[in-house]
Order: sequence, then C-alpha cells, then structure tokens
Amino acid sequence: MKPLLLSHFTATSCIGHGLEQTLDALRHGRQALKPCDFETVDLPTFIGEVEGVDDVKMAAGMADYNCRNNRLAQLGLEQDGFADAVNTAADKYGRDRIGVFMGTSTSGILETELAFRERDSLTGALPVGLIYSKTQNTYSVADFTRQYFELSGPAAAVSSACSSSAKVFSTARRMIEAGLIDAAVVGGVDTLCLTTLYGFTSLGLLSTQACRPYDTERDGISIGEAAAFALLERPSPSLSTNQDARAVLLLGIGESSDAYHMSSPHPEGLGARRAMQQALQSAGLSPTEIDYINLHGTATPSNDAAEAKGVAAVFGHDTPCSSTKGATGHALGAAGAVEAVICALALQHGFIPGGLNTREADSLLQLNYQLQNRDQALTRVMSNSFGFGGTNCSLIFGLAQDDLEQSGGPK
Amino acid sequence: MTTQLTAYIEGIGLLGPGLTDWPSCRAVLTGQQSYQPSKTVIPAPELLPAAERRRASDIVKLTLATSLEAIAAAGLQAASLPSVFSFSNGDGLNCHTICEMLASDDRQISPTRFHNSVHNAAAGYWSIATGAMATSSVLCAFDASFGAGLLDALTQVVVDGSRCILMASDTPYPEPMFSNRPIPDNFGIALVFAPQASPQTIAQIKVSITHDEACKFNDAALETLRMAIPAARGLPLLQAIAQQKNRRVVLDYLDNTRLAIEVSPC
Repeated sequence: MKPLLLSHFTATSCIGHGLEQTLDALRHGRQALKPCDFETVDLPTFIGEVEGVDDVKMAAGMADYNCRNNRLAQLGLEQDGFADAVNTAADKYGRDRIGVFMGTSTSGILETELAFRERDSLTGALPVGLIYSKTQNTYSVADFTRQYFELSGPAAAVSSACSSSAKVFSTARRMIEAGLIDAAVVGGVDTLCLTTLYGFTSLGLLSTQACRPYDTERDGISIGEAAAFALLERPSPSLSTNQDARAVLLLGIGESSDAYHMSSPHPEGLGARRAMQQALQSAGLSPTEIDYINLHGTATPSNDAAEAKGVAAVFGHDTPCSSTKGATGHALGAAGAVEAVICALALQHGFIPGGLNTREADSLLQLNYQLQNRDQALTRVMSNSFGFGGTNCSLIFGLAQDDLEQSGGPK
Repeated sequence: MTTQLTAYIEGIGLLGPGLTDWPSCRAVLTGQQSYQPSKTVIPAPELLPAAERRRASDIVKLTLATSLEAIAAAGLQAASLPSVFSFSNGDGLNCHTICEMLASDDRQISPTRFHNSVHNAAAGYWSIATGAMATSSVLCAFDASFGAGLLDALTQVVVDGSRCILMASDTPYPEPMFSNRPIPDNFGIALVFAPQASPQTIAQIKVSITHDEACKFNDAALETLRMAIPAARGLPLLQAIAQQKNRRVVLDYLDNTRLAIEVSPC
C-alpha cells in the first residue's frame, strides 16, 4: 500500500486526557484500573473509567448528541489541538474532501439502557427525550464527529466489535487511494455500559482483578473506555525535512476473518496469522523488520493463547511484544485506535511499553513478552486488534525518517 | 474532476416485503407487474451448522439468504470473497431483549444474546457459514447505510482490484423502540461486484458523489418502501438494472451528499 501520514493524533483513556498524560502514564508504568463502581453495576470486576466524561458540556448545536459516548468523543477531540488540525485540513482540502470513519462497538446504548428504566408504566413508551439516531444508533459517533467539524465528505461507523477502530484505517486508506477524499478523521470511541459489563460476565470473560495479559494466571479482561483519533493524509514530499522526521506513517494493513466461532478465536490463531502476514505483505516488510508488537492481549486465557500462536507462526519467538491493556483496560471498539496512538508515541519517543499487571509471562505462550519499559529506538511496529465474530486487523506504523531514508521519498 | 468508481455487477440478491428474489422482482421494478407488499418471508439458513442455526436471528438469516442468491448468480464461491456488510441497526429484537433485561432485577443476559448483540454478528455467522476468511468490513451510517456500504465495496473493487460482495440488511425493532426507529419489516440487498467484465456480468456501474436530487419511485408503494427501510434506498439502482438500458440514477446517501450511478447493461 501507499503509506499514509498520521498528521495529528490524540488519545483519551483512563490513563490520561491527551498525549502528554498518556505518555507520562506509559513512561511511569501507571495503570488506572479500579474496582467497578460504574452506574448501578454490581459485579466483582475492574474497569478503566475516563475521568470527567459527565462534566463535558456538548458544543453549541450538538445537544441532541448528548450521551456518554459522544461526551467522551468531544472530550477526546478537544485534546492536543486535534480539532484545530482538522479545521486546518478542512480549509486546505475542502470540507467535502475529508472523510470520517469511526470505530465503535456499543455507541450510545447506555442512553437506551437507562431509558428502558423510565418506560411509561401504562404504555411502555420510552421517555420523549431519547433521540435514538443521535445517541444509540451505531453511526452516532461518526455523525457527531462529522457535524462537529461541519464536514460533508463520506462517513461511516465501522462496527466489528474489538477490531472496529483498527479497521477504520483500512476504510480510510481505500477512500483516499480511490480519490474520493484527501484526508480522513479516523478513530474509535467506546464507553462503559451495562450491555458489555453484564455481557462479558455471561461469557465468564471478566477478570476479578486488574487484567493481566499474557500472565500465567490471566483470568479475563478489564473493560475500559476511550476516545482516540488520527488525521490521515497523503504524505507530502516536504516530509523529508528534519522537522517532520519523527512523523508517523501507516505502512501496512492486514485483515482477515476466522470463520470459526462467534466468541472464541481460532485455537491456532489462524485468522490472526493471516492478518499479520497480510499487513507485512502490504507494507513490503519482512517479520524481522518489525521492532515491537503491541498485542491485542485481552488477558482471556484463550485469546492470548490463540494470538501467541499466530505471532509465533509469523515472527518466531524473539520480537519484543506487550499488551497495553493492563494499563488502559480493554476499550473494545476504541482499542485499535488507542493502541495505534500508543504505537505512534512509542515510535516518536523511542520506548517499548512494558505490559502492566503481568507478574509472570506465560512460558507456554513462548513470546518475548516485555514486563518492563525499555528505551529503544523503534522504526516500525505492529498493532493487533481482534474481535468477536472472528474479525482480525493488524496495522504497521513506522517513522517517516526511516522510510524516507531508505526510499528517497514516500514509497 | 469528479472521481468515478467503476465496477461490474455479477450477482444480485433481494428479499423484502412482497419481494422474494431478484428474478421475480424485475417485473415489479420495471412496472410490468404491480408491487404487492406482504410480510417478508426469510428462508431457513441451511448452510449454518446446527448450533449456529439455532442461535441465528433474522438479520443473520436475511443476510445469508440475499448473499447466497447473489453469489450463486455470480457463479462464485464465497470462501475467498471480501465482504462489506452494512446495517442501519443490528439485531433489533435482541437489542430490545437485552435492554429489557438490564432494566429488570435480573440482569443476567445469556452468552448468545450478548454475542448476537455486536453489530458484526451477521458478518461472523456469515463467515462461519461460508468459510470466508477474507476481509470483511461492517458498517453503519443510519439512513445512509446503503450508500456507505456501496462506496466501501467499490473502493475495494477499484483500489484493491478484487471482487467484493455488499450485503445491506435491516430488521425491525419491537415496541417501544419501534416508535423511535420505525423500520416496518425485514429487507436486504446483496450485490457482487467485480473489477472487470466477465461472462457473468449483468451491468456496469460508474459511481460518483453528487448533490443532485435522489431518484424516487412513481409507484407509491415502492416509494414508501424506499423511504421506510434504509437498505431499500438502493432499490432505484436495482430498477435501473432491471430496465436493461443506459440510465443515470441518484441514490440517497448523507444529507445532501448523494451517489450518482451510471448504469449500463452488459
């Protein structure tokens, strides 16, 4: 594929609002998972809740979109000058030439969950204040983002469970390459709700502790929430200037389906393997050229085992890897975008984030799992995102400097 | 210059109220036969393993039915076919039941209910049924879902030079959500696109973004259907194909951003 530039990016999760706090938490190995005290939920599990979501006041004209998911979306969009960057791009390209592709799994379902408690006792009708299209509907967060920036290009929500906000990069890549748009706002937003907390409980997949990816004693996920965004554009020739040498490029994308089971991964990690191989192929890279893998690493026994088999089949046992879900929890449909941003930070700041909460990496999984932070110059990294329904997506990011030095210009 | 995406349609599947399959619907869409709405009948999903068949909901069965019709018409195997799914909402009944349980004293929803609640449930069942391990894109754009799916599928065809199947399906919510989102019945369209013409080609399409007005049906019942169910916003394209003449149709998409399609029979 032709590389794309992540000209701006930002992430807001339980470990911080924006890049500075996120980087600081990663650098200091700080996780932010806590015993679940969300809403009226009574479950013995840990959650990664973003602070201040309910304090967000919706922007002018956006009141109809008010729900936890869109409040978090707005909070996220307003970090790190991201909104300014999108507006600058809109001035440059035209508002009809910027696409919006947002990953989410549960969108604003919490609003409807709560509305069901307020049903009219006689008619069963939902309260009049519930605006389905602007809150619950899966498209809501993409619509919100598009309206927030007054964009008029193509848009969609990508909703394939926990691969959603990795796959938005692929949708945007095709749209840009087809010439329909010049830039895209991509990202993922998912928020805590009762459906996922009770749903993962029903499958026995929630950890009773802060999740411990790849640990011998891993026992499930900790659900988190997050909003992460990137502005994708074609790299310009001026990228070779020193100023932009630390710019991050999207170099490769691989996608596959397990065709195996609705909620269990293929036991040999076959779909995961295909996605990783395809990502390498689309980037024109060999496995040895990847310096770090940000694993999907949810901390369920079967997910980590399947992913490890897939990684080992493609990379062998030496490539440094870790899951950052020990820090952020599993932000589900927003996980891919959050981890894309973590990969970008790791590239720019030259470090491998160690996997938090993991005391003893499972030796049966036979990967070079990093328990501690390590300072190391990185040039290319992979991020894995896999989801229910057997949907897999692997992304490869790299520093522009390295890519340009090798090819004499954007490849 | 306006970007135009070119593709060749090799197979069509259609199921909706009073619409049982593509061959029998052509006469309705060309006006040779009057449209008689009646409740959508979804066939049993024979292709699914027994366990999955029991768990499969209407959106799964509907999507399987339209896609299998389109794939058979194209003479293809699904196993290596990239796919795009576009649903304006997921499984409405399942969502209703979960919200009802979560509002009750017993919040213990079942594992099947939960994994059926993901927007990509039908995509998951579909890949299990067909053995398709290729990429699958699962989208939602509310009322613009058909257009969003069409654009995504065409970018796969044009940029990656591969065949791609689009499946746009919608199912109703029961009350009380029905009042907030009144989709009256099950409706689905499936289309197989190819980058080059082949002996299976039915029509060539060239798609671009426009601000022109969307095409409406003269037939009041068809127009009601087009407006009532997001996936049915694609019906004017099917009408143009059925008419077997060169036509330009405009489909609803987002706000005043619409899709112009030049249709040529092959």
